[in-house]
Amino acid sequence: MIRVENLSKKFGEVTAVDNVSFEVAAGEIFAFLGPNGAGKTTTIKMLTTLLKPTSGKIEIDGLDPAKQSNEVRKRFGIVFQDPSLDQELTAEENMDLHGVLYSVPRKLRHERTEMLLTLFELWDRRKSYVKEFSGGMKRRLEIARGFLHTPKILFLDEPTLGLDPQSRNQLWTHVKNLNQSEGVTVFLTTHYMDEAERVAERIAVIDHGKIIAQGSPDELKRQTDTDSLEAAFLRLTGSTIRDEKAGAADQMREMARMWRK
Amino acid sequence: MIVASLGQPLLYLLVLGFGLGPVFQKAGNGSYLQFVAPGVIGMSVLFTSVFSGIGLLWDRQFGFLKETLVAPVPRATVMIGKTLGGATVATIQGLLVLAICLIAGFRPVNWLTLPLALVFMIMTAIVFAGLGVAIGSKLQDIQGMQLIMNFVVLPIYFLSGALFPLTDLPTVLNFLTRIDPLSYGVDGLRNIMIGTSQFPPELSLAVLAVAALIFIALGSYSFSKIQI
Repeated sequence: MIRVENLSKKFGEVTAVDNVSFEVAAGEIFAFLGPNGAGKTTTIKMLTTLLKPTSGKIEIDGLDPAKQSNEVRKRFGIVFQDPSLDQELTAEENMDLHGVLYSVPRKLRHERTEMLLTLFELWDRRKSYVKEFSGGMKRRLEIARGFLHTPKILFLDEPTLGLDPQSRNQLWTHVKNLNQSEGVTVFLTTHYMDEAERVAERIAVIDHGKIIAQGSPDELKRQTDTDSLEAAFLRLTGSTIRDEKAGAADQMREMARMWRK
Repeated sequence: MIVASLGQPLLYLLVLGFGLGPVFQKAGNGSYLQFVAPGVIGMSVLFTSVFSGIGLLWDRQFGFLKETLVAPVPRATVMIGKTLGGATVATIQGLLVLAICLIAGFRPVNWLTLPLALVFMIMTAIVFAGLGVAIGSKLQDIQGMQLIMNFVVLPIYFLSGALFPLTDLPTVLNFLTRIDPLSYGVDGLRNIMIGTSQFPPELSLAVLAVAALIFIALGSYSFSKIQI
């Protein structure tokens, strides 16, 4: 379903992704793990047509995102690391707008919206503005929205960041259920090793832009001679803390602080 | 948002219209309120349309732009939609300012031709919403907005003849006013509303149409090149 060969991305002198290759089979749940700034989000952005690779080849469901971007975009749904909902719209309106953008017929759009909002326990709040939602509710809504157009692939870029254990547990249960019931291929990144171990069938570990290990959770533990995925991850990537460029939300918070001064 | 942004045009209309009125009249140029009202309408259309386009920056900062960029829709279509949406809001704003001008004492020379002013408002709004999207596609952070305000939007406004007649100007200023698309928008409005103008209205419309095409093309190109 996803084939990546010798993929690289450079920003000036910095190589964010360095000659990365991997494959994800149809219906598989594949986790992409790495410390902050390792190149996970840059890879997802290239896979989802938001960034052009410097070199290398990507194939999504047999299509080339560089040449057939719109066809590729129809095939995936995505939940970004930072929220991407329209805060001034209601949950239902956000779903509807997504459906219109993906040309989902009106009747089907309404049926899928009801099914997904019910599944993610948001149906009762469908008329509420997103700006009134908690972090967990927003995340659930984003995942529900990602499934609306019945994608073949769902990209989840740290979807549980900042969520409480209950919300995280519920979210992965729903993703796993939809992966089984709709046969969706899931490509996820997370910092929570227990989550990766619980849901992912295969894992790739990326560090400094390079893939340093690939395999099932058990294989990674065997390769590193450890008894948990977290220990395996630390053995592979070391225990030094990494810095990462400030994200959009961080920049806005910094700006607000400057104005207050 | 529309009501909140009426403050600035209202200030210009009242302070300049009534404040400079006696001086303008003494110089033998008639009522300044009559003269400045089309300029204030043009200003309101300019500011609202440019900033609706630049609003793309907020979509970028708050993440919503990503949802649009990964959707299977040609980016030119999204850009044109954004331009027309901004132009619609700016035109409504222009109509509200026109209503305020009428309440303040502005009187058009011919009530029957007044609806034609809408054509100039729409064209002006499309031109500057297109410019706004072109700029918004390039801006990476909100620090750039102040730069755009000081070096693009305000010069466009002050060089358009919204506040002063475009006659007997120094050569450089004369040239600058003639390459400013807003000059043609304001002049067209003035032709319909008070019956005097610097350029034939057909020429003003033609210039606005060409400027709209250029800015939409530029905006589509810039928008298609966005990488996040």
